[in-house]
Amino acid sequence: MKCIAFIQTKEGQATKASLEAAGFAAGMGETVAVVSGEINGDGGIGNTGISRVLQGPGHLDDSQIGKLIAAAADQEGATVVVCAQDHLGKAVAGRVAVRMNAGLIAGVTAAPQGDSYIRNVFSGKATAHVQGTTDKLVITTTPNAIGMAAATGGTAALEAFQADLGDRKVEVLEAAAPSTGGRAPLPEAELVVSAGRGMKGPENWGLIEDLADAVGATTACSRPVSDIGWRPHHEHVGQTGIAIRPNLYIAVGISGAIQHLAGVNGSKVIVVINKDPEAPFFKAADYGIVGDAFEVVPKLTEAFKSL
Amino acid sequence: MEFLVCISKAPDTTTRIAFVEGDTRFNEDGVQFIVNPYDEWYALVRALEIVEAQGGKVVIASVGGADCDPILRKALAIGAHEAVRIDAQPEDAAQVAAELAAYAKGQSFDAILCGKETIDHNSSAVPAMLAEHLDVPCIALATSLDFADGKAVMTRETASGIEKIAVSGSFVLSAAKGMAEQRIPNMRGIMAARTKPLQVVPAQGGASGTRIERFALPPEKAGVKLVDADNPAELVRLLREEAKVI
Repeated sequence: MKCIAFIQTKEGQATKASLEAAGFAAGMGETVAVVSGEINGDGGIGNTGISRVLQGPGHLDDSQIGKLIAAAADQEGATVVVCAQDHLGKAVAGRVAVRMNAGLIAGVTAAPQGDSYIRNVFSGKATAHVQGTTDKLVITTTPNAIGMAAATGGTAALEAFQADLGDRKVEVLEAAAPSTGGRAPLPEAELVVSAGRGMKGPENWGLIEDLADAVGATTACSRPVSDIGWRPHHEHVGQTGIAIRPNLYIAVGISGAIQHLAGVNGSKVIVVINKDPEAPFFKAADYGIVGDAFEVVPKLTEAFKSL
Repeated sequence: MEFLVCISKAPDTTTRIAFVEGDTRFNEDGVQFIVNPYDEWYALVRALEIVEAQGGKVVIASVGGADCDPILRKALAIGAHEAVRIDAQPEDAAQVAAELAAYAKGQSFDAILCGKETIDHNSSAVPAMLAEHLDVPCIALATSLDFADGKAVMTRETASGIEKIAVSGSFVLSAAKGMAEQRIPNMRGIMAARTKPLQVVPAQGGASGTRIERFALPPEKAGVKLVDADNPAELVRLLREEAKVI
């Protein structure tokens, strides 16, 4: 089987989520990468075992990227397209599936088991084993779920690639840097420190920021906290916010309602700090501290700093 | 301004998930169904806000059987003007998108709004598929929408941060949190919803591209290891030496 991996680049380098997708594709069969725009060297793509990169023009909108990927799959005779289930993947993968008349299996979280792909459903409360029913397949991989394949030390060669992409219809008026203060965006973050109503008010978030800084984590919050405006909406993790799957999730003063757990239970390790020993979150946690956040968090921050 | 808002029936957010028939089917017994929150709270409410300010109409559409009618009535009670139910059992995103596109092609909507994902299947796939069928832009994960000088201006989340973008002409948008605030329907809305038009249209044979073989529940956690509140350094040690996550 031949595969196409679409690689999103940021400052000329392949994103981590894209490299995970590329490694996934390379594990399935001979894979050719597709990028849009400038790239530094091979952008790190060669390390996934891919030796050819088709380089299309840059500054494309979602429709044009869909056309670029489908045209590349056509040229290469590829029957599988893989990309990350990130912001761009969500705008593009469905387009490619329609163009190729392919089934789409979105948000895969593990290596394939034969013809079967595993993905989360019911907002992380369950998983499903899904098969394609068409000869072609588009697969997107959930960031930070399948991990990076071992680096091969290889390099990939760039080939200029052109296709009929039509006109750009989306005009970018302005672009702002991420509001995560230089930390990884939540869907891709490996370390997350999150807090809830137990913090009593937005003025106390300095404690959480300090802990996040000491850990090197992105900050997040529970739904009530974003709904009452203590924290911005984009920090809300849970069933109706952002689903995350970091390696470490530290939850401070969050009771652990089923809707919150649904969005975070893909985390590899969960630490819960809550003064209520009966908080339901402890049942879903790996490690816990029963105690007052205002006393525990500063001590924990110091302990991380002294590492 | 005429909007099509695509809505999906989803199990209530507090539902405990279980499966039957050898883990091949979701157990719907006793499950309360709601309008998928992203569709209702963000896409539908923002469309209503714009129509209330600038005039126009909000049509809601869903692919499903008669069991979808209560959630369509709920969306009408919140303020949508008309409802359309495409009469087919939803199979996967490809089929749902094809059916929605077949309906939308015969109409002239200024914009089609969806939630960013459903809380049961979480694929985030329908908006992009629908946009490709209709050959219009797909603005995924949008957090604001306004119309000015004949253009739609939106903000969306990207891998590099936030972008403010503009589109002339029709488009499909998937709404994320921040777009609008949830509305609770009032008694007048609920009464009015009973007599608003709910049209059932036949399916057009949209094809699915995937099949769910079986479901599984995540493994139970082994149990929490508690660390003394006076000794957080011990937690850091465990995270480093035992869990190996830092």
